Amino acid sequence: MSDHHHGHEHEHDDRPGAHGAPLTDVQLRVRALESLLVDKGLVDPKALDTLIDTYETKVGPRNGARVVAKAWVDPAFKQRLLADSTAAIAELGYIGRQGEDMVVLENTPKVHNVVVCTLCSCYPWPVLGLPPVWYKSGPYRARTVIDPRGVLREFGVDLPDDVEVRVWDSTAELRYLVLPERPRGTGGMSEEQLAELVTRDAMIGVAQVKAPAR
Amino acid sequence: MNGMHDLGGMHGFGPVDPEPNEPVFHHEWERRAFALNLATGFLGRWNIDMGRYAREHMPPAAYLATTYYEHWLYGLERLLVETGLVAATELETMRRLGPGPVKALGPADVPKALRNRRAARMEDRLAAPRFKAGDRVRTKNLHPTGHTRLPRYARDKVGVIDRDHGVFIFADAHAATGEKVPQHCYAVRFEGRELWGPDAGPRDAVFVDCFEPYLEPA
Repeated sequence: MSDHHHGHEHEHDDRPGAHGAPLTDVQLRVRALESLLVDKGLVDPKALDTLIDTYETKVGPRNGARVVAKAWVDPAFKQRLLADSTAAIAELGYIGRQGEDMVVLENTPKVHNVVVCTLCSCYPWPVLGLPPVWYKSGPYRARTVIDPRGVLREFGVDLPDDVEVRVWDSTAELRYLVLPERPRGTGGMSEEQLAELVTRDAMIGVAQVKAPAR
Repeated sequence: MNGMHDLGGMHGFGPVDPEPNEPVFHHEWERRAFALNLATGFLGRWNIDMGRYAREHMPPAAYLATTYYEHWLYGLERLLVETGLVAATELETMRRLGPGPVKALGPADVPKALRNRRAARMEDRLAAPRFKAGDRVRTKNLHPTGHTRLPRYARDKVGVIDRDHGVFIFADAHAATGEKVPQHCYAVRFEGRELWGPDAGPRDAVFVDCFEPYLEPA
């Protein structure tokens, strides 16, 4: 799929006039469609701006990182998180669209969980924001279910044979968040410091959390 | 439907290609296409399953040759015409013939719309579960032309119920008619070798969320 052709591109500002470059067909089509819908009174451009701002600046993987860090330092919270993930995540205020029904999967030395959506791009927006291109791309969606260890190796995760790999295909309305293992050597760190270590990829299950270099 | 979207298990795509420090959107048109989908979705003329089914109709060659938000744009244009929010000629000419039948979502309505906490879940009392954790089940050999959440790779396979997630709107029916049919949804564990044969890792498993109508006792 050509989704991944966008890989390694930087931001292309294709607003009218930017760089003086001609507009592509899809740029023109989206602009024309927005104008049509605004003319018909079906869309308010200010609502579009609010929606974009929400997912570009307010919601993102720092939310999920706070959930993970809290679970690492607060055993009672971790217990609630694994028993009723939606309610425990809501304690931190992370609720809403594409996170209405959450399931947290705990990674352990013997079990590694990884999340995919083979049919589209299901992803827990309130805790991770919008998914990266690779998550929505053909290679990840095609291969994670049939060759999970190969995909994980490409992300730098080489699991021993005795570790069980559990792939979760988000085919229905449940949204999955991986609770990664807390790295060794982080005993003295605060919840806030721990949250800084937690990456988006670790919460999808394609990475492990590393302790900071000393 | 057996559309191009159902990618699980395909070969030939090459490596996953993560982009360091990837931005949320790569182009301004992606921002607008994303927001247009959400804003029109809130008008209530279609549900999320109809939205997915619309995208699934994209012809396979086009699906593979276009990017993610182009899939969204394709589905949106299809839904706008299907539901009568936009006339086919208006979409063709991109000129309005008359006002739309409903009022736009305003910026002040956005936070409330996004905070909705109940989407697909229904009350547990609405359906009794046919299965429980630990039960062996076989997925049916189904190839509906409508929307389904049972991927091709997981059809006619034996698995074990890992957990009962509770009762949810059955996506297949919801996409077809809009009717909210309550069905239990289960996480079903399939061993890698059941799905992919002897070359699969012996300690690999795939969990698929299956609506009860996909399953029969094994």
